[in-house]
Amino acid sequence: MVRRTYTRPMEGWWRRDPFFVRYMAREATSLFVELYALILLAGVVSLARGPAAYEAWLAWLASPFAILLHVLLFFVFAYHTLSWFRIMPKTMPPVVVAGRAVGPRAITGAGVAAAVAASLAFVAVVAALAP
Amino acid sequence: MPDGAKTIRIEVLRYQPGERQEPYAEVFEIPFTHDMSVLEGLQYVKDNLDGSLTYRWSCRMAICGSCGMMIDGKPRLACRTFLRDFEGTVRVEALAHFPIERDLVVDASDFVEKLPRIRPWIEARAPRDLAQGEYLQTPDELARYEQFSHCINCMLCYAACPQYGLDPKFIGPGLIALLHRYNQDSRDAAAGKRNELVHADEGVWSCTAVGYCSEVCPKQVDPASAVNRNKTASALDWFARFLPGRG
Repeated sequence: MVRRTYTRPMEGWWRRDPFFVRYMAREATSLFVELYALILLAGVVSLARGPAAYEAWLAWLASPFAILLHVLLFFVFAYHTLSWFRIMPKTMPPVVVAGRAVGPRAITGAGVAAAVAASLAFVAVVAALAP
Repeated sequence: MPDGAKTIRIEVLRYQPGERQEPYAEVFEIPFTHDMSVLEGLQYVKDNLDGSLTYRWSCRMAICGSCGMMIDGKPRLACRTFLRDFEGTVRVEALAHFPIERDLVVDASDFVEKLPRIRPWIEARAPRDLAQGEYLQTPDELARYEQFSHCINCMLCYAACPQYGLDPKFIGPGLIALLHRYNQDSRDAAAGKRNELVHADEGVWSCTAVGYCSEVCPKQVDPASAVNRNKTASALDWFARFLPGRG
C-alpha cells in the first residue's frame, strides 16, 4: 500500500504560539549582548590607540544616542537575564538541600538575586572609584 | 439534538488522501454537556454526523497516549481536554511536526523507528538468575529516574518542539527523556552505549532549550530537563577526552 501522507510546512512556526514568540525574543537578546560586547571592545581598541581615540570613545558614550542605546540595552539585558535564569532549572541536575530537591522557582529566584546583587556591587565599586 | 442543549462547533482539519491533495477545514456543530471531552465530541461527530472522520483513541483516561492532537493550536490529549473550556468553536488538527496520514491520524513511523535506538530496556549491571531473586533498589535510586519513567509515548512533546519540526533527524524530547530514565537506573550498565546517540548530531545538541516540551507534557515528565542535563554530561565527556589516558 502506498502511503500518501501530507507534510505541513514549517514557515512562520514561531508566530504560531506565544511561547515560541517569547523563545525567539530570548534568543534575539543574545544579539544585543553581542552588540554590547562590541561596544566594550571598541573601548579597549581605542585605549590601545592612544588618549585621543579613548577620549573620542568616551565622548561617543556621552552622546544622546549612546545614552538612549544604553537605556534600551538595560531593558534588553534585564529580559535576557530573567529568561536565562528561567530556563536554568532545566539545565542542571536536581539540587538537594536537607534531603529535598530545590524547586525551579527557587533556582530561578536565586539566579536573579545573584545577578541583581552582582550588578549593585559593581555599581557601588564604580561609584566609590569615580573621581 | 435536545432543546436547550448547549452546542459547540468543532472545526477539524481534514485530510483525505485519494480524494483531495490538500487538507481542508470542516466544521461540525454538536450538542455538549459539562463533562464531555474533545474526544467525546469527535466520537459524537463520527457516530452521528460523519462516519469517515478518522482519529486515534483507546483508553479515554490519559494513559494510552493515543489521542494527542493540536487543540486550538496546542498539543493536548483530546481525552483530558474539555469542550466546556472553549467558547463557540474549538479547532482540532493532527499533531504538528508529523506527516498527516488521514484527518487527525499522524504517521508515527519516525518515532517508532527511533525507539529501539535508545535501547529502552535495562542491561543489567550484575545479572542475577531467578534463584537469586529480584534486583533491589533504594528509594533514592528510584527517585533518580522515576519521573522520566512516566512517559506514555503520546508525542505531544514532539509537536511542541520546533527543532524536531525543522529537522526530524533529532531524536527528540520524549525519547531522550526515556533514554535518560534508563541511564539513571542503578541496575543498568548500558549508559555508555546510549551516550553515543546523546553526543551525536541528532542527540541533545539539536535542542535549543525552547522548553515547550515540558509545558505540554501531560505526565510532568519534564523532557526539557532530561535533554539539557545530558548536554552538561555530553560537554564534560567531550572535555574529558583531553585528559591523559583517555581518547
